[in-house]
Amino acid sequence: MKYSVDENGYYGKFGGAYIPEMLYPNVEELKENYLSIIGSSDFKEEFDKLLRDYVGRPTPLFLAERLSQKYEAQIYLKREDLCHTGAHKVNNTIGQIILAKKLGKQKIIAETGAGQHGVATATVCALMGMECIVYMGKIDMERQRPNVERMRILGARVVPATSGSQTLKDATNEAMRHWINHPTDTHYIIGSVVGPHPYPDMVAKFQSVISEEIMNQLEAATGSPYPDYILACVGGGSNAAGAFYHFMDNEKVNLVAVEAAGHGVGSGESAATTALGKPGVLHGSKTLLMQTKDGQVVEPYSISAGLDYPGIGPIHAHLFDTGRVQFLNATDEEAMNAGIELSRQEGIIPAIESAHAFVALQKLDLTPNDTVVINLSGRGDKDLETYIQWGKY
Amino acid sequence: MKVTHMNRINTLFANTRQKVLSVYFTAGFPNIDDTLSVAKHLEKAGADIVEIGMPFSDPVADGPTIQESNKQALDNGMNLELLFKQLEKLRDNVSIPVILMGYINPVIQYGVERFCQSCEAVGVDGLILPDLPMAEYLTEYHSTFEKHGLKNVFLITPQTSEDRIKTVDDNTDGFIYMVSSASTTGAQSSFGDEQKSYFEKVNGMELKNPALVGFGISNRTTFEQATAYSAGAIVGSAFIKLLSKSDDLENDINTFVKELKG
Repeated sequence: MKYSVDENGYYGKFGGAYIPEMLYPNVEELKENYLSIIGSSDFKEEFDKLLRDYVGRPTPLFLAERLSQKYEAQIYLKREDLCHTGAHKVNNTIGQIILAKKLGKQKIIAETGAGQHGVATATVCALMGMECIVYMGKIDMERQRPNVERMRILGARVVPATSGSQTLKDATNEAMRHWINHPTDTHYIIGSVVGPHPYPDMVAKFQSVISEEIMNQLEAATGSPYPDYILACVGGGSNAAGAFYHFMDNEKVNLVAVEAAGHGVGSGESAATTALGKPGVLHGSKTLLMQTKDGQVVEPYSISAGLDYPGIGPIHAHLFDTGRVQFLNATDEEAMNAGIELSRQEGIIPAIESAHAFVALQKLDLTPNDTVVINLSGRGDKDLETYIQWGKY
Repeated sequence: MKVTHMNRINTLFANTRQKVLSVYFTAGFPNIDDTLSVAKHLEKAGADIVEIGMPFSDPVADGPTIQESNKQALDNGMNLELLFKQLEKLRDNVSIPVILMGYINPVIQYGVERFCQSCEAVGVDGLILPDLPMAEYLTEYHSTFEKHGLKNVFLITPQTSEDRIKTVDDNTDGFIYMVSSASTTGAQSSFGDEQKSYFEKVNGMELKNPALVGFGISNRTTFEQATAYSAGAIVGSAFIKLLSKSDDLENDINTFVKELKG
């Protein structure tokens, strides 16, 4: 596949494993084993069974008729919001915890932004009876309170990251530091297609169940497995990587990623990495990164905690660089309006992250024959407080 | 054939019979203009190598003390342009080896070639870039570093395999930075049997490069334990703590170094 990772862990000029030596043995252990483990039949059996019986897969592909009428296209929603725990994140945590068990690890750490990945990690740790520590930015803990309590109910310890901007980037720093200090018995479940190789590839593979199902479901519904467009929001980019995965080599499928523009791309308060970033190194990979001219990482902003990240997965940096994926962005206001519109048109309150993807409907030149799949990556329950404060409904 | 530049690091290890003390501090900390004077005081007090930290917003290998010094240095306005300006007079003031230590991203943004030129121009002898992987170093950076006479210092840890330690030894000719334990900087207060046997194991490998032990060295006891089986030791967090509470840098640095070296 043209857009797959190469043997050195790179997607074009992005990727690699830029990690301190303290993490080298852990990452090397993963690199040496992940393909054989996830390719083995007993892994696949356990993974598929849990996705079916525990997560509730396959998630439906729903023809959104009122939205289709309004935007004059055939619009399907991939209902990842119906996954157990409320978002696509659990596809990856199921995969990684089975892998961790097979590597003989006893403890799990994770970082989280909106809390969805933290909840998905705490959930699978409870399921498997493993100890779980989740690092979360102090500010994110305040704005995603219900998810903090969900993690605690599930038995996880939530540790506030108090350095830097106290958001996802800093939670990731703290999780990496924890892993440096506990290198042998602990597996780090990274929640997005970021981090050192093999994480981006591994997470993309676990999330690729999304595009695999889309192909099957779309073929059953329309006779063709290939839509004209796939839309997904991008923070680090795990739901987008999963939704694009099986379509990347079919250039007839237009892939559209929507980043969070915050208060606007030029406002100084944004998280639109492809619009504002330059190549750089953060959290173990070379990728596009929002940074000052001196190479210091810029603190991003978005109303949505899950998109509030200054980088982007190296696979997306490559897909952007090659022009394979069209990158758009949506402001806080556009995303909130799109979220309320989806609630009114289809009776689905989306996560604010996912609402960003719906903004693309207004920005693309769609025709009535176009088949569009939007990856509805998460549900809005966790964002109720933000919707209430927004108030314009 | 590898060209070996005999720089100040090689000269130090070729000539010294004592245990080497290398001291880390963050550029522009505690005050923006302290960089050169801290280096000068360290040499005067008896330090053998100084490591000047290039501050970064996301120092993942560092514990809270060095994180905080990085943040303060950045808040003070430190960046690589300014650091090299401050170091223009380095060799008028300091004659011991000087190493720059930091994360790779600011170096990439400054420009790798330009960075190496600036290092050579001010008289920097070596670099420690913890998140620059060995494979990338060998394919993309090695020849540039060598052209400008810069020794790249690799880290090893208790988890590093013997094969990899040998590869590290083959690919450097300054010294090896032996991280004392599985930790971020500053996390240890003493050394246990596990660490002592690791120091012994590496010592027994008879590497061509000297090894300096770093992480967790804070006083005379830990310095002696660390150097029993190595060429010397590196002190970072303990020195940063001293700097942050000092109101007489020259005097306090002198006492600190004297106490460590005995």
